Amino acid sequence: MALGGGKRTGAGAGAAGAVSLPKGGSHMNTQNSILPVRQDILAVAREQVLDRGEALTQAQVLQVLRIPDERLPDLLALAHEVRLAWCGPEIEVEGIVSLKTGGCPEDCHFCSQSGQFSSPVRSAWLDIPQLVEAARQTRATGATEFCIVAAVRGPDARLMSQLRDGVKAIHDAVDIQVAASLGILSQEQAAELADMGVHRYNHNLEAARSYFPMVVTTHSWEERWNTCLRVRDAGLELCCGGLVGMGETVAQRAELAAQLGALEPHEVPLNFLNPRPGTPFGKLPVMAAQDALRTIAAFRLALPRTILRYAGGRELTLGDLGTRDGLLGGINAVIVGNYLTTLGRDPREDLALLDGLQMPIKALNATL
Amino acid sequence: MTVASYCGYCGRPRAEGTHDGCARRLELEPPRYCAGCQRRMVVQVTPGRWTARCVEHGETSVATWGGG
Repeated sequence: MALGGGKRTGAGAGAAGAVSLPKGGSHMNTQNSILPVRQDILAVAREQVLDRGEALTQAQVLQVLRIPDERLPDLLALAHEVRLAWCGPEIEVEGIVSLKTGGCPEDCHFCSQSGQFSSPVRSAWLDIPQLVEAARQTRATGATEFCIVAAVRGPDARLMSQLRDGVKAIHDAVDIQVAASLGILSQEQAAELADMGVHRYNHNLEAARSYFPMVVTTHSWEERWNTCLRVRDAGLELCCGGLVGMGETVAQRAELAAQLGALEPHEVPLNFLNPRPGTPFGKLPVMAAQDALRTIAAFRLALPRTILRYAGGRELTLGDLGTRDGLLGGINAVIVGNYLTTLGRDPREDLALLDGLQMPIKALNATL
Repeated sequence: MTVASYCGYCGRPRAEGTHDGCARRLELEPPRYCAGCQRRMVVQVTPGRWTARCVEHGETSVATWGGG
């Protein structure tokens, strides 16, 4: 796997950091004690993740997720150092579009496109010229990735055929890499996507295995996991992330991070629940910004070499200031422009922010 | 020109209650209900534009940034 080649760039290197003991408590080692020392988790992470590139374990991620607010700036700074050291300074920019909106037979409780809820979202399809125009809009931002998404359980022959035509039309007209997200795949479909020129496939775990039944009942976590394996087996880059803020515990967030780490995806999109009217999660509160930032940093420490992308919900959860903090706290990829059914920030604002932070945008020729 | 009798976010009559929260939400999402007749519209969102179509009142298309 790949990004950054597993080689430190030098940025933020060194500084193993003094190991500090927690203040007081039963874990405190004493002069004559043989009790194990419970080191400060940030000191451990500095040595383990920053210096050696070894991901935090699930238990360690949980410790990070429980760090108090006053230590959040230190956590974000460390996660940023890890990102720079193991991924480099570049930011990957992507645009997404919904090829087929609404009417999905699945019941993902966060999603306004399920046909099982009384969401105001109606079914719609984009045609090929609209798809190419959307790719052009995306490329105009400097993005190198364009992901075509369909709200389906899995693709049928008609959708695969339309995607084949769409990918060809985009490649003929726009200099951009094409990714896809079409739900559950067979091995043959994964191979077909690779053959038609799709280079990356998104299929999120969405939630930790232990919480998944509270989020989706029409398919299993294992079906998602197996699709991810098929994607990798077909030679496609795997994009696999999830949502946080759906009522899961912090332990389940740590579990999700560990399960994603076991999959070793090329990219992890991190979504924050944007409660959609009419869905079962429509009345859940928006996640607190500090919890979202803690999650970003914890995921970076669990996935030191992976592309960690801001996906849906960041505008609502983090706002402008939080967006900046996340970019300085482990994030190294963004979705610019609009989302599938909601609107994003003006890409010019995001690009200006990246410029101000002196974060170069990954060039297309660097991805080929 | 269509008279905006209904809220594009929640679909309820604009004269009923306050829609300040709806207006804030509409900064981050397109309208789903026709302001003229309350029908749910077919909405398509692309990276730089949204388009909403009402069977009675036609199509509205809005660029959300300069590239759209």
